[in-house]
Amino acid sequence: MKKTTKIILGVAVILGLASCGGNTENTDENSGDEKTLTGSIKIDGSSTVYPITEAIAEEFREIAPEVKVTVGVSGTGGGFKKFARNETAISDASRPIKDKEKVACEENGIGYVQLEVAYDGLAVLINPANDWIDHLTVEELKKIWEPAAQGVIMKWSQIRDGFPDEEIHLFGPGVASGTYDYFTKAICGEEGASRGDYTASEDDNVLVQGISTDKYGLGFFGLAYYEENKDKLKLVGVDGGKGVVTPTQATVADGTYQPLSRPIFIYVNDKAAEREEVVAFVNFYLELVPEIAQEVGYIALPAAEYAKQVEKFNAFIPKK
Amino acid sequence: MTNAQKNRIIDKSFQVFGIVCTFFGLAILAILIYNIVIEGAARIDWDFMKNLPSRRPQKAGIFTAVMGTIWVLVLTTLISFPIAVGAGIYLEEYAKKTKLASLLEINIANLAGVPSIIYGLLGLEIFVRIFGLGGSVLAGSLTLSLLILPIIIVATREALKAVPSSIKDASMAMGASKWQTIWNQTLPASIGGVLTGVILAISRAIGETAPLIVVGALAYVPFAPSSPMDEFTVMPIQIFNWVSRPQHGFSVNAAAAIIVLLLITFIMNGIAVYFRNKWQKKIKW
Repeated sequence: MKKTTKIILGVAVILGLASCGGNTENTDENSGDEKTLTGSIKIDGSSTVYPITEAIAEEFREIAPEVKVTVGVSGTGGGFKKFARNETAISDASRPIKDKEKVACEENGIGYVQLEVAYDGLAVLINPANDWIDHLTVEELKKIWEPAAQGVIMKWSQIRDGFPDEEIHLFGPGVASGTYDYFTKAICGEEGASRGDYTASEDDNVLVQGISTDKYGLGFFGLAYYEENKDKLKLVGVDGGKGVVTPTQATVADGTYQPLSRPIFIYVNDKAAEREEVVAFVNFYLELVPEIAQEVGYIALPAAEYAKQVEKFNAFIPKK
Repeated sequence: MTNAQKNRIIDKSFQVFGIVCTFFGLAILAILIYNIVIEGAARIDWDFMKNLPSRRPQKAGIFTAVMGTIWVLVLTTLISFPIAVGAGIYLEEYAKKTKLASLLEINIANLAGVPSIIYGLLGLEIFVRIFGLGGSVLAGSLTLSLLILPIIIVATREALKAVPSSIKDASMAMGASKWQTIWNQTLPASIGGVLTGVILAISRAIGETAPLIVVGALAYVPFAPSSPMDEFTVMPIQIFNWVSRPQHGFSVNAAAAIIVLLLITFIMNGIAVYFRNKWQKKIKW
């Protein structure tokens, strides 16, 4: 039956063509001599830490092209789940590991070390046309964002005398993000406690868009997004009880911008740390991160602090 | 106003309403494409196609994402095509109209409406963990295959149904067995419809992000998969990742990657239309 043969041939050709596309990229895995590092390093975790880790992985490619470094963005919690199952070598985290996650690691016999890699500042932002705010206190922020404010604090005038009698429009990250967890903990005193009637988006660019087009808007997100959108937004200084501090590279790094700055981490699995390529990668990470952190919008730790992290890591590497 | 006039007005206004409805979707698509082309078209060049992911928007490319997408596409097709067509043939040609068959039918129709994230969770538990495939291309492809199986099965059945029963009866009357009838008459006559279903389902699969993220597709993968067991990323994940970055350069990249993804989808749909027309014309009884 000619017709059928042709049809089958036709299907085979389509599939064949398509699979050729995939196969052209076959690489020879056996290349590489004794000295070059090989293997693979799986990293997953926080989307906040991702830009740093991605940049380091990119640079690491230059010195160790045979090592396959992959980075995922399952979020801090999702990353720790995989880490506790021994599925990843390194976990990116925008908060310290929780007790529950520690237990999960212990159950599976996974040891780890926590390394601080940079600081992230949370910025409170308003529209550039907003001329009545020069700073907000932590109490005022709490008054705006706490759960009890829902449906009650609806106007600027309720926050401080002299503010206009206009509706306030709030923007913030979605409840699944580590940024939200951190902000609520720092401002409202309890992680995950905030009013629900605000515009939430996991995509910070949406928040930038919202605040920059709304004179009566107010929102918060990572300092990196402000740095990229300086012309569209106005930064609000925060008074945490010791005077008004505006978040800058300097105030975040020296710890005066409180309570809205936090350290971010990577966690290294002890089994993975037995592998040469992982040790090389982590050392490379700590060496390069001061420079990279600035470049992707985060704030480097003081140099002495990095030296401590290197020491901590080297003490952690299992001796054979 | 007479009744006839009134009716004419109603008639006319419904026509206008219909036209508005028709153009609504098209207009949205046109706006989307216009915006994206304005923002991203200039960014597409050979470097963009062959570069690896990077923190510098100007240096970043979609090579590994495109390769990942092609791998997933091919594997998903290879897995889902035979299974779905086989199931479709069974249900349409062999299955007796029993309670079990109608139960199967209802379930398949329902499966087509299950949110894709659910398939992702299923794939994570079964393929990634129980089968131990890890976050590999194969695990992702199996998951997407599950996702599109019901769609292809339904399309296959519709295509088989469209073959006139007189042809089947004639074939049987000539002494052909059931399988001979299906292989020589029913399938060739319906293959255009079956393939259309397959390619449309695959087009849907390449746009899926959620199930693949759950299964373990990664954001930063600096190498193209070289076997079904390698880690991978796909274009929608790359686009999503870029859209959420603060630097403006990345949103340009995202727009450019969307153009490439749209092109791939349009080409796939084009192929579907081509084969459908080609094979439908050939069938002459």
